[in-house]
Amino acid sequence: MSASAEATVVITHEVGLHARPSVKFTKLAKSFAAEVEIALAANGPWFDAKSIVKVMAAKAPKGTVLHIRASGDGANDAVDALVELVRRDFDEGADHVRTA
Amino acid sequence: MSEPLRLQGISASAGYAEGPLFDLDQTVVSYVGKETADDEKAALEAAIAVATSRLTALSEMAEGDAADILEFQIAMLRDDALSSPAFAAIRTGLPADKAWRQALDTEIAGYDASDQDYFRARAADIRDIRDQVLRALSEDGDVQAPTGAILYGWDIAPTRFLETDWSRGGGIALKAGSTASHVAMLARSRGVPMVVGLGTSLARLTGTALLDAEHGGIVLSPSKTEIAAFRQSSSSFRARSDRAGTFLARPAVTKAGTAVRVQVNIADPSDVDLIDITTCDGVGLMRTEFLFGKTLPDEETQYRAYRKVLEWAGEKPVTIRTVDAGGDKPVPGFTVEESNPFLGLRGIRLSLARPEVFRVQIRALLRAAVHGSLKVMFPMIAIVEEYRQAAAMFAEEQTALAARGVAHNMPPLGIMVEVPSVAIVPEAFTDAAFFSIGSNDLTQYVMAAARDNAAVAHLNSVRHPAVLRLIAAVTAFGQREEIPVSLCGDAAGDPASIPSLIEAGLRDLSVAPAQLAMAKAAVADVSV
Repeated sequence: MSASAEATVVITHEVGLHARPSVKFTKLAKSFAAEVEIALAANGPWFDAKSIVKVMAAKAPKGTVLHIRASGDGANDAVDALVELVRRDFDEGADHVRTA
Repeated sequence: MSEPLRLQGISASAGYAEGPLFDLDQTVVSYVGKETADDEKAALEAAIAVATSRLTALSEMAEGDAADILEFQIAMLRDDALSSPAFAAIRTGLPADKAWRQALDTEIAGYDASDQDYFRARAADIRDIRDQVLRALSEDGDVQAPTGAILYGWDIAPTRFLETDWSRGGGIALKAGSTASHVAMLARSRGVPMVVGLGTSLARLTGTALLDAEHGGIVLSPSKTEIAAFRQSSSSFRARSDRAGTFLARPAVTKAGTAVRVQVNIADPSDVDLIDITTCDGVGLMRTEFLFGKTLPDEETQYRAYRKVLEWAGEKPVTIRTVDAGGDKPVPGFTVEESNPFLGLRGIRLSLARPEVFRVQIRALLRAAVHGSLKVMFPMIAIVEEYRQAAAMFAEEQTALAARGVAHNMPPLGIMVEVPSVAIVPEAFTDAAFFSIGSNDLTQYVMAAARDNAAVAHLNSVRHPAVLRLIAAVTAFGQREEIPVSLCGDAAGDPASIPSLIEAGLRDLSVAPAQLAMAKAAVADVSV
């Protein structure tokens, strides 16, 4: 059976969807069989969420409304999991605040 | 024997290094082309595999930031989206090295063009990936730098940093570079001295060099006297930094119990990502020239940059200086060619001469002011009319924003005290909300000794009685008239000058983030 899902989430992480979060984001996306894409606007362009090259190239700073959509097996779970990861600021806590 | 040569840049990681210069840009990669497109494809596949395994090996030994950077690079390298344009180019007949370089350069250009500092800084990581594969493609590996060398070049790759043995000294001196780069981050965490932004005036340099990454300078072909003085500064730095670490988290207080505010100077909004706000009393100087690097920045770009810093600082004050272009900081399309730029159309003079540019900055500042505790100051004020004219422009733009219903606030407007006319007659400037002493320019104007000229370096001292007397007079005047006075030049972060500044009456210093701990430690040693 084939499913599809779509959601939006605001990036609250200080420097946006940058290197370390992109690694986590694409890893998580790759753990689902569904095709997953992201976009910075509802009408696209859409980028492959499993490609770190594409995700980084989107250059999404803090405050971006990130659109996530998936189709295929586990589409709903994929979108839910990725939205959660963005909401949790990619699990980057205060331990990444550096001093001068 | 050639003359000593002094270059000034920005400190990215404080410390001292003395050693031979090693030219990073000299390494030439030579690739021998293959017979067929299939062979080219196989060569590129093999090189990507070699580069990936090298990075994997490095990442197994790395921790923290270094491990994160390598993991990111490995993920990029394993992504077919990165290499597919190169393989497509090989099918059209390009050799593997050209195809790879072309594909990666396109990717790099995308990062270079970003208006986000963070993403722009990633260009260096992609360059590194490019060069890793090119290196694997070519037959000869990189020429190894001698131990303890100062690596000098356009920019430096994170892997080059990680492969270098820093246990026996050495440092990094870059013509370009960024204090927000991965390497700068690594250098700070490992305590490797690093200076960026030395400029491109000299393409090739050899011989021994003295890298003073505490103050952001490098001396080439140093004299014996310079070497001796350098070694003394270096050993005193080591002793101070060992002690200083314990002072960072505490407020700065002298032996006698006098509290001293210590704020930070920043040059780029991303600088604050590396500073813990609880360790400082705010931003004493935010430069805005960086925004004017290549093109004149629009209102939105400026607004976002100011807002970021204000939100980071929370309730603590952020003093933003309106654009101080001119002098040694030319901006294409804004500054003018002059025979004597330090005495020409720079700072507020230029802003007033180009009101259409200045008003954009004023609007961005007024709008950003609602996001924190903003103060604004004007550089190079010489006569009070300049202050009044600039303040009137703020008032006009405020009225216009209010008429359009745009959220804004009028910040306190102060002046830099750096032209001797102001330091000598401060009573003419009581309109200003605060004074910020720019000790670098004040010293060079009082002593008539350029900061960037080694031949007159002995004259360029903030501790000359003439300069100190002016600083003390301005500070005393401020106290009498209840005008806050701070100091934001290099002297504020120089442990050797801090006692004199506090004795002159100053209780508010603003220093480079890398000097924060040492400045606080130096304050603790003062008996006033």
